Amino acid sequence: MQKYIFRRLLIGIPVFLSITIIIFGLIEIAPGDITDYFIRPELNMTNEAEEAIRARFGLDQPVTVRYVNWLVNVLRGDLGFRYTNGQPVAATIGQRLSATVLLAGTALIVGSVIGVALGVFTALRQYSVWDFLLTSVSFLGISIPSFVAGIIVLYIFAIKLGWFPSGGMRPVDRDPTLLTTIQYLVLPTFVLSLAPIANFMRYTRFAMLEVIRADYVRTARGKGMPENRITWRHGFPNALLPVITLFGLSLPALVVGAVFTETIFSWPGMGTLYLEAVNGRDVPLLMGMNLVIALVVLVANLVTDLAYAVADPRIRYD
Amino acid sequence: MTDKTTRQPIAVLVTDEDKAKLEKRDDKRALRRFLRNRPAVIALGVLLIIILLTIGAPLIERYRYDAIDLRARASPPNELHWLGTDGVGRDVWSRLLNGGQVSLVVGFGATLIATLIGTVLGALSGYYRGWVDMVIMRITDVFMTFPSIIIMLTLAAMLPRTVWTIVFIIGGLSWTGTARIVRSQVMSIREQEYILACRALGYTDGRIITVHILPNVFGSLVALVTFAIGSAILTEAGLSFLGLGVPPPTPSWGNMLETARNLDILRNLPWMWIPPAIMLVITVLSVNFIGDGVRDAVDPRMVI
Repeated sequence: MQKYIFRRLLIGIPVFLSITIIIFGLIEIAPGDITDYFIRPELNMTNEAEEAIRARFGLDQPVTVRYVNWLVNVLRGDLGFRYTNGQPVAATIGQRLSATVLLAGTALIVGSVIGVALGVFTALRQYSVWDFLLTSVSFLGISIPSFVAGIIVLYIFAIKLGWFPSGGMRPVDRDPTLLTTIQYLVLPTFVLSLAPIANFMRYTRFAMLEVIRADYVRTARGKGMPENRITWRHGFPNALLPVITLFGLSLPALVVGAVFTETIFSWPGMGTLYLEAVNGRDVPLLMGMNLVIALVVLVANLVTDLAYAVADPRIRYD
Repeated sequence: MTDKTTRQPIAVLVTDEDKAKLEKRDDKRALRRFLRNRPAVIALGVLLIIILLTIGAPLIERYRYDAIDLRARASPPNELHWLGTDGVGRDVWSRLLNGGQVSLVVGFGATLIATLIGTVLGALSGYYRGWVDMVIMRITDVFMTFPSIIIMLTLAAMLPRTVWTIVFIIGGLSWTGTARIVRSQVMSIREQEYILACRALGYTDGRIITVHILPNVFGSLVALVTFAIGSAILTEAGLSFLGLGVPPPTPSWGNMLETARNLDILRNLPWMWIPPAIMLVITVLSVNFIGDGVRDAVDPRMVI
């Protein structure tokens, strides 16, 4: 097991390095550099002066040197400073990360619990009206993009019915309490959990149907075991195993969904920050956020793999 | 020492002609299975109607999509403007039809590019294996782990924005699924005896791959390609919704939806954003239903 963890960690290193190359390369192929951002055309800079500035910031060095310098800084935890307001990138990301973790975490928990429950429910009633209905709804859930769902939910529940606030994270005039936080959290969580609910349901339903037909379930039935006990003791735990991988798999989609959901509900998290960075051409912030997102996804995949290995003793570690 | 029977040429059990017949019958069977799938057939009809409407936009529209009528700004649907007008008095019906053109061009164009890249990389990977396979598959892994829309957002912010940049950005980043499927198919096909025969006849690798392997791979790609069109349409709409896709005044369903980010428009002027939302959902639902039907028809045992 220790060997497996060690090897899995080792595989992560080249993947992480390739991602840093992509992140750096994306900015590199874009036209222009930092001098275009800070030097106004009306300053009438001479070319020599511009070159002097480039030299001062090390921009005249070859790509590889600049990449290694950047990587070393990143590994030290120094993500640089924002172009737009000069604040440190790492601190800015830190502030916004918690809001997104709250939103996306709640959505993933809600989505997986409801999705797994519905998956088992429909699998036990294959071809029934319920099965047909819920499978169709999950098909809708996968097909409707989060920004359309978000707008519709916002329109109906916040604007027409007025049940929930239309955006933001806390009231302006009062201190946030648990109750207000939940009020503000309901709509964005609902929108963001639609895709996980549908995915977890389809996955669980499929896994459950597969398990129910297994030989050992027939044996259990043949021994006269009560149906309830077969389902929950023999079927469910085994069906749940492949579902574990879905946690890691659904993370990239969750990040993307968060960008849209946060935009629609003005949630002050990573998604809205990312758009700020894109619209302001805030290159250091963009690179920093790309890096953090990549790290989160990588770590989540790692944890998923390890959790799967722990949960399923049939997996060989060597 | 030599036995007569073993020296006889291996009996040709299945001639090429038989094989062609079998394949044809298989295709027919798949087609019949698809036609029996009622939701998929209805969806195909709906999609054809949408395609006809958007292509025929110049014939059906009553105003040009970028014609500004400042006297009729934000007017609700009436007999002049069937679906009303937007904030600067452009006809929503006309923008809806023309926006559909953009969505479909991006959907098909991006999928074509993605399929080309995915097929080439997958074929190289599966045919040559070894270090070629190693390198290509590791690259694929990296692109699969990293949410591609994030890279798209960064690129969209950096590059000049036109419909074609969007097509290339989306196409250039959505080839991973195709590459994996083509790779696994090519890997199993290259072990078959007729490929050995091709090699014995001295055919070049390029000819073996393009003429003898890839045609047999495409069947397994049809469903994936169909789903890819739907997801490319959604990606374009998403980018445009965030203001990073197709730039105005060119309409697209996504940038028409973007107006709904304004709470005032969302609340009071629903005719500006409900039509593109409905069209987008109908189109993507149709594409997904067709994809489901194709998958079930081609390979009933396939999951996802």
